Amino acid sequence: MTELSRRDLLRLGAVAAGGAALGACGWDGGPLEPALLRVSRWNDLVGEALMSPRRLAREYPLDRRTPERAFPAYSRTRPISRLELADPSAWALEVGGLVREPLRLTRPMLEALPRVTYTVKHHCVEGWTAIGTWTGVAFSAVAALAGPLPAARFLRFDSFDAGYFNGFDLESAFHPQTILAYAFNDRPLGVDHGAPLRLYAPTKLGYKMTKYLTRVTFTAERPGGYWEDRGYPWHAGI
Amino acid sequence: MPVDDGEESRERAAGEEGLPVEPGHGRDAEAEDHAKTETRRATEDVGPASPVAIAASPVASHEQPDGAKEAADEAKVEESVAAAPARASVAHYEDTEPSPPTPRPLVHRHHAIVRVTHWLTAVLLAGMIASGLQIYNAFRHFGIRGEPYLALNPADDYRFPEWARLGGWLAGGINWHFALAWPFVVCGLVYVGFLVGTGEWRSLVFRPRDVPGAWRMQLYYLRLRKEHPPQGKHNALQKAAYTGALGLGVISVLSGFAIYKPVQLAWLTWLFGGFELARWWHFLSVWAFVGFVAVHVLAVLFVDPASLRAIVTGWYRGRFPSHD
Repeated sequence: MTELSRRDLLRLGAVAAGGAALGACGWDGGPLEPALLRVSRWNDLVGEALMSPRRLAREYPLDRRTPERAFPAYSRTRPISRLELADPSAWALEVGGLVREPLRLTRPMLEALPRVTYTVKHHCVEGWTAIGTWTGVAFSAVAALAGPLPAARFLRFDSFDAGYFNGFDLESAFHPQTILAYAFNDRPLGVDHGAPLRLYAPTKLGYKMTKYLTRVTFTAERPGGYWEDRGYPWHAGI
Repeated sequence: MPVDDGEESRERAAGEEGLPVEPGHGRDAEAEDHAKTETRRATEDVGPASPVAIAASPVASHEQPDGAKEAADEAKVEESVAAAPARASVAHYEDTEPSPPTPRPLVHRHHAIVRVTHWLTAVLLAGMIASGLQIYNAFRHFGIRGEPYLALNPADDYRFPEWARLGGWLAGGINWHFALAWPFVVCGLVYVGFLVGTGEWRSLVFRPRDVPGAWRMQLYYLRLRKEHPPQGKHNALQKAAYTGALGLGVISVLSGFAIYKPVQLAWLTWLFGGFELARWWHFLSVWAFVGFVAVHVLAVLFVDPASLRAIVTGWYRGRFPSHD
């Protein structure tokens, strides 16, 4: 290849070096990581722009349900059985922050509110999917009881699973399929899927749906999240 | 093609003997490069270099002002005549080299937009594939939990080696993937815009009438045909490959969005046969891309090494036409 000048070879070398640096074993981005996270925030805006309250996740017939033993269940606390409440009747959900009327809702109070049921596909960030039926109360119905103040722009969902928490933007939370679920596949929610109450939203990746809920807080500032603070996308709308 | 191993050393010798080959300075480098090589030029179209053709050259391109140089580039400089300082050096060549190789024209083959988008795409594609393999690592199947996984996946449950992955862990892979995806898309759009805007697509896009040519070209590569079929800027097989690569870009981007937003872009996900199959299409496009790149690089190295210079500098001195 004598037709290449040294200058050309230098340029090629620079490109090859760039490629090699990119391909370097399991590199997490090193000094570029902050830039990657800034792009991830920009992608959150894309997710928000695409999210429409009129577009609903597709519902499936009951016979498409994933067998429960094949439906993965994750928790920070291990084994998951340690999350079983000794006295479920003592549990209540607190709704507070920037609201007119802070609430304390027990399971019977939540189950008395209008019921939403759907059979939908669960999308995990890992790439797997599973189909299940979730039953609960539309988040918007609970929010209406508390009356968010105009300053409220985000929500923070806290759990009793070793500090696991998440944040939602209001539009995602008010999507008609965003519910506080207390039943899975027609039976009361079990400990593996977040009993006594979990957030469910088929428009989001699984890690956004905080299980083992204890508190919902309306905030002005964007809350982080357990995985989000470790680098996962914040909006995670699908 | 017979590559002339003596060119570089002759050129250097010419410089050392005080012949008018100026060292490159800054942005004139390309023009200077041009001028140097003009000294040995004679086109296939006009036959071997004749003293008349060489003597007819009034201005060396490196003596032109920047603007004129640009204009000359644009005007497809292969039409220009040899540089004035050539005379002496040609005589020199003839003294030292009794049988000069078949001289070839130096032509401008690739616009800067093509070269920049080509190399950007190369780097971005490598990053997209490596970060994609990192993401695949988190769930190495195609299918819904509890149902049989798609058997049409030789990499089912295969953990790609760490050197092939980018991101370190799932979140890192995701952040790389979704950061590189935008420039990858923009690069593709700019390139397609260039093809459409300049009409360059005509020499690149495979059309039904290219089928016989592709067949002849295939026979040639299989050594079932002696003569290289006539061709324009690209032969029909190349057109098929480049058109296929463009199609792959479209499939990979669309299936990527189908996986990215399967609820908001449900129609797109449906087009690919659902979320799980969209992931499969996305994965398939990776292997098709890898296959394309492998053939592409081998063809450059073994069929037309001169094209490597063309995609870097824009200038081509090789055995194939650069324009249809």
